Amino acid sequence: MSFSFNDINITKIENLKKRYPSPKALTLPLLWMVQEQEGFISLEAMEEIAKYTTRPAMEIYKTATFYTMFNLAPVGEHHIQLCKTLSCALCGKDDILAYIKETLDIEVGETTKDGKFTLTQVECLGSCGTAPMMQINQTNHESLSIEKIEKILEELQ
Amino acid sequence: MSDTTLQETRIVSQKFRIPNSYTLETALEHGAYSTLTTALFRPASDITTAIKESGLRGKGGGGALAGEKWLLMPTDDSRPSYLVVNCDESEPGTFKDRQIISKDPHLLIEGMILTSYAIGANEAYIYIRGEYQGFEKILQDAIDEAYSSGFLGKGLANTDFDLDITIHRGAGAYICGEKSALLESLEGKRGHPRLKPKNKEPEWYFGNPTLVNNVETIATVPYIVQNGALAYSKYGTSQSAGTLLFAMSGHIKNAGVYEVAFGTPMLEYINHFGGGIRGDKKLKAVIPGGSSTPVLTADEVANATLDYETLRSLGSSLGTGGMIVMDEDTNMVEALKNLLEFYHHESCGQCTPCREGTGWSDRIVAKILRKEATSQDIDKLLGIADIMNGKTICVFAPAVSGVIVSFISKFREEFELKE
Repeated sequence: MSFSFNDINITKIENLKKRYPSPKALTLPLLWMVQEQEGFISLEAMEEIAKYTTRPAMEIYKTATFYTMFNLAPVGEHHIQLCKTLSCALCGKDDILAYIKETLDIEVGETTKDGKFTLTQVECLGSCGTAPMMQINQTNHESLSIEKIEKILEELQ
Repeated sequence: MSDTTLQETRIVSQKFRIPNSYTLETALEHGAYSTLTTALFRPASDITTAIKESGLRGKGGGGALAGEKWLLMPTDDSRPSYLVVNCDESEPGTFKDRQIISKDPHLLIEGMILTSYAIGANEAYIYIRGEYQGFEKILQDAIDEAYSSGFLGKGLANTDFDLDITIHRGAGAYICGEKSALLESLEGKRGHPRLKPKNKEPEWYFGNPTLVNNVETIATVPYIVQNGALAYSKYGTSQSAGTLLFAMSGHIKNAGVYEVAFGTPMLEYINHFGGGIRGDKKLKAVIPGGSSTPVLTADEVANATLDYETLRSLGSSLGTGGMIVMDEDTNMVEALKNLLEFYHHESCGQCTPCREGTGWSDRIVAKILRKEATSQDIDKLLGIADIMNGKTICVFAPAVSGVIVSFISKFREEFELKE
């Protein structure tokens, strides 16, 4: 499996280079770019990033494996990330989790058989004032209730 | 119970309730960028002097005097200087910076222009947490608007000052909110905090002098430049000058963010803006400034005022001002377990006491929850807390240590309870 950036991204990288004093700083932006292009980050993609950033591929691997938001394997079409930290826990996160698990028939960390949903629990997403909350891909769903989540899941099915 | 005289002091949150305040058009109608025409024609040191005299303290949690930090930046260095804005808001209980970048992004941009001018930086970065992509888009749109209207780029606002702002997205590491870890991350590496220097010096980005400040700190700068240091320092207390976007979450009727002057009584704040405890239950405890600050009992809350000095005297800390409110039915062992899971997950793994201590204490509290703990386990937990305190590169482990000690010393009977 080989990897290359698409033309739009190659143009983007050229512009982005001018913004930083060293190409090493492109590491995180390019990891994001790969994930947005491919859905996850393969070892081949890391080798490609190494060329652009003038770093050994191992350094890219070290960085990629440190940050929890980088998917090193494919995830479902809709990645449900339910916040599990204190304010959400105090405001009923457990009920929401039980409902999702039952409805989608998956455990935390699993993907539905049709590849549509992946469920993970994540640490504080900075929405404590509208707890409980979850993020599906990049979209925040705040002040969750069972009725609300029922609707959200239905719409995505 | 609520004090009707309690009011918000809207310095940073001035435009929050104006519809479409995130657009340049609306922001300009309400005075955005008006400081540039005068401030950028005066000596750069005027801004730094005003910030120093205002008593502005860093609003990201540390509370260091902003002016003193700015003065660490060299004025005659051949290397370029950088401004980095910390928008890696990840401290549980904290959700204030997102209000600024989504409701008044131009205020932040204006503050960044003034700050960059003051420290002689022509490049600035906003390090934003990866989970804030929705808010990032609003901020990026505002930056694009500022460029196309001449408020950013070369010769901005008809001056000879140049500034470029780049948003740099993190990817889900809490520790990157620590400023040296943030810079490591900005250089493309793992977010491992750096050793602290012996003497005070600026931060370094690829070996260049760099100033790192929180979003809210920078967003306070335009007000001070416009109205003068005294207009800011007249609010708050003598040592904690000005205001903060305090926040409330947890068992509270109206969770949210409200800007008040330092020195406001904590309980009044909770009752007045928060409308009291959900279900009209009794208050049990409050974590005052983000989850890394030691918990306060209801009695302590009754005597607390929202300023750095008072909270320190209570053995806690003001932190980010993000209060997590817990009612009488809260199981404090479960609450601590929840936080320890967080810290175990977020420890960067660089220092042994932190990497091992967070996981070990998490496992012991799990044992207590399962009612399988022995009398020695609580002492062991306190022992681990001691090992984590003061023996690591950054303040992550000492903060966890303080949290563990506060939960056990104030709610010990719940940890000892066996049924």
